[in-house]
Amino acid sequence: MMVNKKGVIGLGALIAGSAMLLAGCAGGGSAGNTDSADGDSTPITVWVDIERKPALEDVAKSFTEDTGIEVKLVTKDFATVDQDFISQVPTGKGPDIIVSPHDKLGSYVSAGVVAPLELGDVADGFAESAMQAMTYDGKVYGVPYSIENVALVRNTDLAPNPATTFDEVIANGKAAGTEYPFLVGLSPEQGDPYHMYPLQTSFGSQVFAQNADGSYDASQLVLGDEAGTAFATWLAGQGAAGTGVFNANIDGDKAREFFLAGKSPYYLTGPWNVPAIKDAGINYAIDPLPSAGGQEAKPFIGVNGFFLSSKSENALAATNFIVNYLSTEDAQMSLYEVGGRPPALTAAYEKAAADDADVAAFGKIGQTGAPMPAIPEMGGVWSDWGNAELSIIKGEGGDPATVWQTAATNIQSKIG
Amino acid sequence: MADVKSAETKAPAAPSAWGDDPFHKPQRRLTSGGLVALLVKVVLLAIIDALTIFAVWVLVAKGDWIAAIVLALVVIGVNFIYIRPGLLPGKYLTPGLAFLAVFQVFVIIYTGYIAFTNAGDQHNSTKEDAIAQIVRTSQERVPDSPEYTVEVYKQADQFGLLVAEPGGDTAFGTSDQALEEASSAPDGWEKLNLSQIVRFQDEILAINVPVSDDINDGTLRTSDGQKAYVYVSSLEYDESADTFTNTETGQVYADDGQGNFRAEDGTTLTPGWRVVVGWQNFAYAFTNEQIRDPLIRVTLWTFFFAAASTFVCFAMGLFLAIVLNHPTLRGKKIYRILVILPYAFPAYLTGLVWAGLFNQEFGFINQVLLGGAQIPWLAEPWLARGVVIFVNMWLGYAYMFLVCTGALQSLPDDIIEAAKVDGAGAWRIFRSVKLPLLFVAVAPLLIATFAYNFNNFGVIYMLTRGNPRFTDTTLDIGATDIMITMVYKVAFGGGGGRDLGLASALSILIFIIVTIVAVISFRQTKALEDLN
Repeated sequence: MMVNKKGVIGLGALIAGSAMLLAGCAGGGSAGNTDSADGDSTPITVWVDIERKPALEDVAKSFTEDTGIEVKLVTKDFATVDQDFISQVPTGKGPDIIVSPHDKLGSYVSAGVVAPLELGDVADGFAESAMQAMTYDGKVYGVPYSIENVALVRNTDLAPNPATTFDEVIANGKAAGTEYPFLVGLSPEQGDPYHMYPLQTSFGSQVFAQNADGSYDASQLVLGDEAGTAFATWLAGQGAAGTGVFNANIDGDKAREFFLAGKSPYYLTGPWNVPAIKDAGINYAIDPLPSAGGQEAKPFIGVNGFFLSSKSENALAATNFIVNYLSTEDAQMSLYEVGGRPPALTAAYEKAAADDADVAAFGKIGQTGAPMPAIPEMGGVWSDWGNAELSIIKGEGGDPATVWQTAATNIQSKIG
Repeated sequence: MADVKSAETKAPAAPSAWGDDPFHKPQRRLTSGGLVALLVKVVLLAIIDALTIFAVWVLVAKGDWIAAIVLALVVIGVNFIYIRPGLLPGKYLTPGLAFLAVFQVFVIIYTGYIAFTNAGDQHNSTKEDAIAQIVRTSQERVPDSPEYTVEVYKQADQFGLLVAEPGGDTAFGTSDQALEEASSAPDGWEKLNLSQIVRFQDEILAINVPVSDDINDGTLRTSDGQKAYVYVSSLEYDESADTFTNTETGQVYADDGQGNFRAEDGTTLTPGWRVVVGWQNFAYAFTNEQIRDPLIRVTLWTFFFAAASTFVCFAMGLFLAIVLNHPTLRGKKIYRILVILPYAFPAYLTGLVWAGLFNQEFGFINQVLLGGAQIPWLAEPWLARGVVIFVNMWLGYAYMFLVCTGALQSLPDDIIEAAKVDGAGAWRIFRSVKLPLLFVAVAPLLIATFAYNFNNFGVIYMLTRGNPRFTDTTLDIGATDIMITMVYKVAFGGGGGRDLGLASALSILIFIIVTIVAVISFRQTKALEDLN
């Protein structure tokens, strides 16, 4: 009767599995904590990526020592963690805390999966741009811990002196006699508006208009304004049809490879590529990107932070952990030591900057940067924006101003 | 199948189950497997029943009666089938049917259900959750109000806060009693330590101490049991009318039946909740011109892509199969291994590798093979489409080669012999004898390959991501997008988060198309079977 037995086993597993599933689903939202046994508190679950996990372990340990509440660090894939978070929080299966870049905040808020936090006096310790990034619709939703942005990395053997204008960068690059005067990674299919943004802002062009408090106004797409058109026209002159400074076939990997091979003195990139540059034994300096259009070149800044789930069953403990433990200098320093990104807490940043000139350089450039808009409408912007830049660089689609305008119109009709 | 066979050979203890014909000896069935088998059966059933009782108990406690009843009925049915003699076919069928129900029927029904809802990032939970979240986010700290240090006290079921005011005074209050100056908590109130605070966190988070008798001054709330701030609410929920009212502007937000609280001027409160919206998603796919026109183009290309991929894979596979099947060819094995190699690479990886090889400036194809030509393989729509089909052929021909080799080798020699005797040449034999016989065996596989390629998400996504992009639509759709990648982009890509309802509706449309194509094709192939 083997087949029979297998059937029973399979069926048993199936029914047990689905029963647990059903029970689990139903159990989600409303399970109260009042009946938990004495001193036996539910642990706090934190979704974190593999890189930051070690840094959080120490903070978690000291929290557990103080409060007796355990912190469970669950490693998640950072590329899809936002989607998992949005799908799982309503079922009650999500984490209590998520580590996430701030540009997802708008989607979290409109999906109703994060709870506002009141940081009180703690907020004063953070860089202003970091707090701005954690604020959505006038409310603070997270504790920031790092700020990242792009800057111009210069190979000091090939270009000994910093440039003051972008034209000078190109002139220096050509004078260095290398294969490329300037490198930036562009996706051959999608372009890369993120890396190109400081050049765009140097023409005074933004994506969305900013309110007085620095937040973005989703109803005012200003991408297609005069400044944007000026940028587009300039970009065409630097593309395949012009000087060829920008090359749509050099993607992020190629740009890095070429810079490491000494094929260019300049590389527009973020702190994440600095370790590789250091390892390659290149003498480098980190400069602010000089202006191409006359105004200040502001890169996008991305702020990573900790957010509280709106359906956390352990909200009080989790809030305590976020607000009182993750905002401390020690916590911010250990996160910095693992990730190498400038801390968002000013005191920690100053300490880190004193030790490490790279952090100081990136941090200083970031202070003048523009927080990436966290509004959900931003999701509809990237594709058209990047493709417009790409076709302008390739010299396709005719008049660059028209290409740019079309993209702006398309985005406007998409976001409604 | 291998498992069943090994079970058969390894289990000499129960040969009678296989040797005897159980259909004709119902009276022996209960013990036919011997005592061990009976014991195992009873134990497993007991475990299932125990788990079920637990699950039903949990479900009833949660008030989920439908799931509890369905589960109970299913398990009672299972017990009945396995305990009662004379239901042998049921024993074999039940596990399969249960799996079918869970993994196929449920999935299809659920997808169908989602297609008729507005499920998505902004409508992903229940109305209760949405209301709770709107209430929560409408709490605003009174500007420039101080930070209070608090201690939490408890008396019976009541909770109170002892507040240290910035001036140095202390005050005590509860949700029912406004803050009053007091040097310490009243008698009978017990101070909670940190672990107690955590244990009663739901109640403590709900504490709402009015700062004064005037409710508009705001209430004191704590979010960590240590510090408190004065909050005012900008929105008020009226349970009887089911509306939110803005306390400042007086604007009223009412349930609009589409899963949102909407004001008269059209503004909505976030988040929304999931509701059934009927045919709206389907109607949207056909009426929204941003989707409709690209959808038509994408559909045509999808058919072309699936048909062309199937054809080139088959043609290439058959060609190689015939060549490498030649009786006098030496080193057949080595050739065959080489030919099958692409089959061993994961398609996702090769997609990325091929994308690199086809890079306009640095790719191997242009730089090495074509001597530095600048052919925009992936940037020009028709070239990109050609590349996609080529790469898909590279991925798929090995399978067709295996199938065709097998089919060719199983062709009876005598028919070919007879054709030769009749004076047919090699081409004639191939066209009139081998190919039709081959089709009998291969046609169903071709249909399956077509259906597979119709939804071949991996190759498109990894190779081109659907690019080059169409310039005349605002959707992020391009020349090499097939329907499934378009669904993915519409559902997960474009502005404003995911729209699972629309994605489900579109997948149902694809499902219907594939089904129609498959049914028609299988009907056609029946004609082929008459050849035998």
